[in-house]
Amino acid sequence: MATDPKLQTIKGEYKQNPMIPWPFQILRVKRETEDTFTLELQPTGDLQEFQFQPGQFNMLYVYGVGEIPISISGDPLNPRILVHTTRAVGIVTKAMDKLPRGEIIGVRGPFGKPWPIEKAIGQDVVFVAGGIGLAPLRPALYDVLAQREKFGKVVLLYGTRTPADVLFRQDLEHWRSRFDLEVYITVDRAMSGWKGNVGVVTTLIPRAPFDPRHTVAYVCGPEVMMRFTATELIKRGVEAHNIYVSLERNMKCAIGLCGHCQFGPFFVCKDGPVFSYSTVKDLLVKWEL
Amino acid sequence: MKEGKTVNACLLERKHFDTLLDALKVRGYKIIGPIVKDNAIVLEPVESVTQLPIGWVDEQSNGVYRLRKTDTPTLFNFTVGPHSLKQYLFPSVQKIFMTQRQGKSTESTVDEKVERKKKYAFIGLRPCELAALHIHDMVFIGGMYSDPVYQVRRKDLFLIVVNCTRAGGTCFCASMKTGPRAERGYDIAITEVYEKNQHYFILEGGSDRGMSLLKELKQGKEIDGRVQKVQELYTKAVQEMGKAVETSKLKDILAQQLEHPEYDNVGNRCLSCANCTLVCPTCFCSTVEDVTELSGASADRIRKWDSCFTLDFSYIHGGPVRLSVKSRYRQWLVHKFSTWIDQFGTFGCVGCGRCITWCPVGIDITEEIVKIRG
Repeated sequence: MATDPKLQTIKGEYKQNPMIPWPFQILRVKRETEDTFTLELQPTGDLQEFQFQPGQFNMLYVYGVGEIPISISGDPLNPRILVHTTRAVGIVTKAMDKLPRGEIIGVRGPFGKPWPIEKAIGQDVVFVAGGIGLAPLRPALYDVLAQREKFGKVVLLYGTRTPADVLFRQDLEHWRSRFDLEVYITVDRAMSGWKGNVGVVTTLIPRAPFDPRHTVAYVCGPEVMMRFTATELIKRGVEAHNIYVSLERNMKCAIGLCGHCQFGPFFVCKDGPVFSYSTVKDLLVKWEL
Repeated sequence: MKEGKTVNACLLERKHFDTLLDALKVRGYKIIGPIVKDNAIVLEPVESVTQLPIGWVDEQSNGVYRLRKTDTPTLFNFTVGPHSLKQYLFPSVQKIFMTQRQGKSTESTVDEKVERKKKYAFIGLRPCELAALHIHDMVFIGGMYSDPVYQVRRKDLFLIVVNCTRAGGTCFCASMKTGPRAERGYDIAITEVYEKNQHYFILEGGSDRGMSLLKELKQGKEIDGRVQKVQELYTKAVQEMGKAVETSKLKDILAQQLEHPEYDNVGNRCLSCANCTLVCPTCFCSTVEDVTELSGASADRIRKWDSCFTLDFSYIHGGPVRLSVKSRYRQWLVHKFSTWIDQFGTFGCVGCGRCITWCPVGIDITEEIVKIRG
């Protein structure tokens, strides 16, 4: 395959032309919850590794169906396997949900600004995730835990709808067993057998163990959840510029050319999706911006 | 392309105008220029001077575009029509790639037509359109990522601009500082003069290849003083321009006035038809469609113009971000005059007035800005 001259040209173009998807093969499909699944992908052809930074996203193309932006949920230190966690809600994600192992999926990326992990060195780190918002944060958690000694306290606050919607159970079990990471989980609606917290994720913030004056927070979830979380963190004393959020807007090109993801002066695809809360807090409260 | 002052000028008699077109043809250019089609002046391939809109004048005002034939045999006595360079450099429908499927393997390739080089010479562009081209350069090839379609088509354009000696009914280029005379970015600038049965053109070179082409033309006798004289014609065009946008501090005013009640007012009148964005020479938004062949063996991705006035434009899981028409109008206006500066360092409006002319309900962006400025 690699000796095919036409393919070489295509590969050359892949590097220059960010509009062309690259074929990846589905190695494994893992069902996380009733409507959420994780794909483990492997690059085909000459591409051996897929380097990315935590918080970046890819455009995933289901052949003949369409393309959508999905953030990367895998380990940045393991670039041989590309991991995406998706909830089947739209036409493309539902088609993606039906793809079996071995099938080919198109990938363009990685795009966007990452979580600025380096900002948290020497500080306490708080991750606040709402629902599927845990997926874009997981690479940052892996990254922080891989260099755990550089940070102060590390806390994960995770809120989801019901106990059945808890993602990444294995990871959470593992993280909970660590003595250098505090994990708090809450659900909106409990079921019998749930012994944990009930309530929205912001209720965990007042009692979470971190020093607000020396804390960097990474927040991901529905926009309204991120707004209330940021307000609550600021109430505890975390500075707005030390809070990072990941925004979602319609994206078609992912490279700042199609115009869809505009949010005030920003193109969410290339200026974001990760923004400092101080940069976007005034825009977030503007109606239908 | 050389920018700045022009250093070479000549006078071309009307009867020798064909020599200009011939010189372009000899150089292998496909000439695109203004012609009358479907009661409008549009940009299409031009072979000879007789195809140009001889004697045609356009009448434009809010929501109105009419052509009128006069007895004066001028070639360029009209302003901008619905077309702009955008049609050629950023086509409304464009195949981005095709994907072939064999068994489980898929291969994506770019459309070969994108790579095929077309050598275009544009004649009869207006100064505002050159300004729009400059803006599109920043959008499509000036940033972190370049649009390969635009990049290929943008290369080797020969640009002949016609300076405006008459303002159209919806023009406001003088206030946007993009006209009525082109300052830069052209190969040749033409000013048409028709007076006392004299009909000639002042040609100014704006680039090396423009100036070398001028040398080959059949030169008219006297040029001395005439270049100065046409200045009066530009001044006249500025004076008769009925519309203007006050641009001072406009970026900040609009950013601070996002909840101005005028958006409710204009939102009630706007039909969200997207006409303004389609005729706008700087609007660059696009969407993609993935189209599968019936057999399923191949799938193409087609890029099409899109508009921030459609409901789908801002759709994310859960519904569109901009549900109301007023929020979509606001997005468009604030982008043109405020956030565009954050993104690209310039206004996104060149004052061509197309959005006013082609708005079916005659919404005038200059009037809206007056109201929002307060």
